[in-house]
Amino acid sequence: MAKRSQRFLWPALAIPSFAWLALFLAIPFYVVLCIAFGQVDPIFRTSIPAWNPLDWRFDQFAITLDRIFGANNFYLPPITRTITYVVTAVIISLIIAFPVAYFTARYAGKRKGLVLVLLVAPFWISYMMRMLAWVNLLQTDGIVNSVISLGGLLPVEVNWLSGKPYTVVMGLIYGYVPYMILPLFAALDRISPSLLEAARDLGASGFDVFRRVVIPMSIPGIAAGMLLVALPMMGDYFTSDLLSGSPDTSMIGNLINGTIQTPGQSGQAAALLLLVLLVLAAPMFLYTRTVARSETRS
Amino acid sequence: MTISAAPIDMAMRDPELGRTRRWRRQSSTPKARGLATVTVIYLLWSLVPVAIAVLFSFNAGRSRSVWQGFSLRWYTWDPVGSVANDPSLRSALTHTLLLAVLATLVTVPLGVTLALALDRWRGRIPSGANFAVLMSFVIPEIALAIGLLFMITLLTTPFTLGTTAQVIGLITFQLSYPVVIVRARMLTIGKQYEEAARDLGATALGAVRRALLPMLYPAILVSAILVFADVLDNFVLVRYLSSDASTETTSMRIYSAARAAPTPALNALATLVLIASLTVVLLGWLAYRRWGKNEGEESSVGSFAGNF
Repeated sequence: MAKRSQRFLWPALAIPSFAWLALFLAIPFYVVLCIAFGQVDPIFRTSIPAWNPLDWRFDQFAITLDRIFGANNFYLPPITRTITYVVTAVIISLIIAFPVAYFTARYAGKRKGLVLVLLVAPFWISYMMRMLAWVNLLQTDGIVNSVISLGGLLPVEVNWLSGKPYTVVMGLIYGYVPYMILPLFAALDRISPSLLEAARDLGASGFDVFRRVVIPMSIPGIAAGMLLVALPMMGDYFTSDLLSGSPDTSMIGNLINGTIQTPGQSGQAAALLLLVLLVLAAPMFLYTRTVARSETRS
Repeated sequence: MTISAAPIDMAMRDPELGRTRRWRRQSSTPKARGLATVTVIYLLWSLVPVAIAVLFSFNAGRSRSVWQGFSLRWYTWDPVGSVANDPSLRSALTHTLLLAVLATLVTVPLGVTLALALDRWRGRIPSGANFAVLMSFVIPEIALAIGLLFMITLLTTPFTLGTTAQVIGLITFQLSYPVVIVRARMLTIGKQYEEAARDLGATALGAVRRALLPMLYPAILVSAILVFADVLDNFVLVRYLSSDASTETTSMRIYSAARAAPTPALNALATLVLIASLTVVLLGWLAYRRWGKNEGEESSVGSFAGNF
C-alpha cells in the first residue's frame, strides 16, 4: 500500500504541469510548424495552416529562402547584420565580464557581498528602463552630447540614436552583459585558492597559473555566459528599435517582428522563426543537456 | 618561539586576521588594482545611467536632460501628464503589477510540483519534460510569443488575447525558474529526511508535505521573487499577447513612448516599477535571512550556469 502510494505520487504531482507544457509549449510550437508548412489564402491573404503533416508544403520556406539567398535577397542584410552585431557584442561582453567576474571572485575580499549586490542590481531593473536611460542620455540635447561638447563650447552634436550600429551594439552589451558576469563568477568562484597556490609551488608563473589553471577551469562558465547572452540577442528587436529605429540597423528580430505584422506574411514569419531555431538548436541543446546533467548529479 | 614567527602564529590562530592580511597583500598588487578599476568603471557604466533616469523623474520641468529643480510633479500633481492623473500611465502600472501577481501565484506552485516530480520520478517521460522546461528557458522569447499568438488567433480556444493570454505566456516562460532552483535545493537535501518521515509512519504525500516542503521554503521564496521581478520586466510576450490599451504594460509603454518626445512622467513610471521590484527583492531577502539562517543555502543563481 505504502509502496503504491509512493509510485503514484510523483506522476500525480506532475500531471498539472505536464498538461500545461503540452497545451502551451508543445501545441504553440506545432501551430508554428503548421503555418510555416501551410499555404496562404490567395484572396484574403490569411494563413491557411496545414494541420495534417502529410499536407505539409515547402512553399513558405521556398519564398523565405529565396528572399535570403535568391536574386532579391532583402532578408539577407538583417541576418548578416545580426551575426556581426551579436558576435561583436558577445566578444566585447566577454572582455568586460571576465575581469569583473575575476576580480569579484578572487580579489574583492570583504567587499565581495557589496560588489555582488551591485552586479545583480541590473536584474531587478527592467530592460526597457535601462534602454530608456540611454535614450535620455544619448538624445541630441542629452547629457552625453553636452559632456562631449564641454557644455556647448564645441560644436558637437552627434545624432547617436539614428541608425548608428555602434549604439545598437553598445545597447546589446549594456542589456545582456550581467547575464554573462554571473555564470562566469560562479565558475571562477568555484576554483579553490589552494589549487592556484599549488600551481605556484610547482613553479608556475602568475601568467602560467592564469593560462593553464584559471582559464581551463572557467571554460564552463565562459561557455554558459556566452550562450546566455547570445541566445536572447538573436531574437532581440526592441534594442535596435529604441536605440536606432532605423532599417539600417534592423536585426533578425526586427525582420520577424515586421513580417508578422504584415498581412499574408505570417507563413514567412513562421518559416524565418523556424530557421532561427534550427540554427540555434545546437547551442540550445548543448546548454539544456549540461544543465540537465548537473541537476541529477549527486 | 622567536619574535619573527609571531605574525604567522597569530594568523594561524586567527584565521579571520590571516585572511584579511592575505587579501590586503593581494589587493595591492598592480594586477588587483587594475581589475578593481575595471570593475568600478563597469559598475558606474552599468548603474549611473539608470540613476540619472530616476533623478530626472523628479525634474520640475519637461526636460529629461536639463535639471530644473526637484518636484513630484510627474508622479502626482501634474493635472494631465503625471502617473497619477494620466489614465493610460496609471493603467499600465496597475496592469503590470496585476500580471506579476497572477503569474507568480500560478507559476510557483506549478513549478514546485513539477520539480518534485522530476526529481523523484525516473524514466523517459520525466526526463523529456525536464528537457522541455529547460528549453523554454533558452528558447528566444519571440518564438514562444509568436507560437501562442498563432495558437490563440487561429485555433478555437477558450483563451483570448489580453490578460488571459499574457498570463498564460508568462507562466510558460517563467516555469523553469522554480523548477531549476527547487531541484538544485533538493539535490543538496537528499532523500534521508523523507525516508525518516516514512519510517516514522508518514504517508508518501505527508512526508513530502511535512518533511521536504518546509526545507524547500527558501528556494521557493527565491524563485517567487525571480518570477515576480522578471514578469515586471517582460516585454516581448506581453506585447504580442496583448489586446487593447487596457492590457498595455509599463515596458510596452516605454517602448512605444521612449522615442516620441516623452515627459519625465515616463521616467516616473519606470521608477515606480523599479521601486516595486526592489521592494519585493528586499522583503524576500529579509524573509530568506530569517528562514534560511541555519540551512547553509547555496547561491541558486549558479544552477543556470550548468556544469559542462
